[in-house]
Amino acid sequence: MGRVNFGGIVKDVCLAYVPEIAVGDYTIVHVGFALSKIDEESAQKTLETFREMGLLDEEFGEPEAVETVKETT
Amino acid sequence: MKYLTEFRDGELASKLAREIRQIVTRPWNIMEVCGGQTHSIIRNGIDQLLPEGVQMIHGPGCPVCVTPLEVIDRALAIAAQPGVIFCSFGDMLRVPGSAKDLFRVKSEGGDVRIVYSPLDAVNLAIKNPDKEVVFFGVGFETTAPANAMALHIARRQSLHNFSMLISHVLVPPAIEAIMESDENKVQAFLAAGHVCSVMGYWQYPPIAEKYRVPIVVTGFEPLDIMEGLRRVLLQLERGESRVDNAYERVVTHDGNREAQRLLAEVFDVCDRAWRGIGVIPQSGWRLSEAYREFDAEHRFAVSDIHAVESPLCHSGEVLRGALKPNECPAFGKECTPRHPLGATMVSSEGACAAYYNYGRFLSVEELVHA
Repeated sequence: MGRVNFGGIVKDVCLAYVPEIAVGDYTIVHVGFALSKIDEESAQKTLETFREMGLLDEEFGEPEAVETVKETT
Repeated sequence: MKYLTEFRDGELASKLAREIRQIVTRPWNIMEVCGGQTHSIIRNGIDQLLPEGVQMIHGPGCPVCVTPLEVIDRALAIAAQPGVIFCSFGDMLRVPGSAKDLFRVKSEGGDVRIVYSPLDAVNLAIKNPDKEVVFFGVGFETTAPANAMALHIARRQSLHNFSMLISHVLVPPAIEAIMESDENKVQAFLAAGHVCSVMGYWQYPPIAEKYRVPIVVTGFEPLDIMEGLRRVLLQLERGESRVDNAYERVVTHDGNREAQRLLAEVFDVCDRAWRGIGVIPQSGWRLSEAYREFDAEHRFAVSDIHAVESPLCHSGEVLRGALKPNECPAFGKECTPRHPLGATMVSSEGACAAYYNYGRFLSVEELVHA
């Protein structure tokens, strides 16, 4: 068992399925069990890809209208 | 919270929405399998950011919703017995059985307890050796490792007063059943990220190939879902049908091998009935021979309980993606979260509850003034 901090709330969590986990790592917890260690490098890479998305369009393309919300039913 | 808030960024969401609009040239129907994703989509209005004609079809990935009525009735029968402490996740307590729900059993004197983890139920069994402690073990591949560990510990400690009422279901056979159905409209899938954190995604390429359907492993935050959609729409527009992983920070190809090893020890694959869908071959887990003694269904002899569904509730069609929650005649009228007709209105992962809780019974004008 280990202690996991959920944005301020600390709970005891079973770490048996993530033997590689170390103090300070981030993890996904479901019903008291850590299921996966979050790959921080991959998280940063994904966010970076999002940030770079459409940069060329923004510089050279037509200015985009704000989001148009589709009618709900 | 780190790695949650960053994936809720509004500015990046509009970039992704713009990318998606540039990709799409035709209408497409995409199913998000998991109920957690359904809630995120409706709560964040992601379906309303999509280009005209791109439809989200909500999948059956709500464990509470697909648990058959007769399993609920069996739970009620066990929970009402004297000397039993019946433990369940909270969602299950308000799901209507044929005559009542677990809350009613509790109010009538049954010892029904909400637990956070199946390990809590194991601890209750250790502390109450004179009681029979039963845990309601429902769920997909995400919940199964926790239940497997609880059973493993109970067996190791020779806990003879602990058992589990099991109704475990599996995602890949459900995807196949949806693709085989005559009424199917689904052209691509967002696979459930947390199921894949356990199982990996090595099971999906044969399905993508057989049905020529793109499958993208997707997370739960708004940006995760939009990225999943972007990747799936790219494939659809190019006529591709591959398996892709858009939740790389959590999911690996192999999944959690430690968990898979214990799952294989504790469970055997079996045919399983899904509420609203029917029996899907090889779509569930039951206890393996070595763990059969922990099966509450046999210990309490409730296998003979059978049930008939109410004709008023259309949750079966909702679970198959054939009907949107707010297209049901009872939605928001006879059926609300306070007085649910079916499990899809109860569960925090149910599509009907998502539509109700996030105001999808109101017109746009009412929403603006709400």
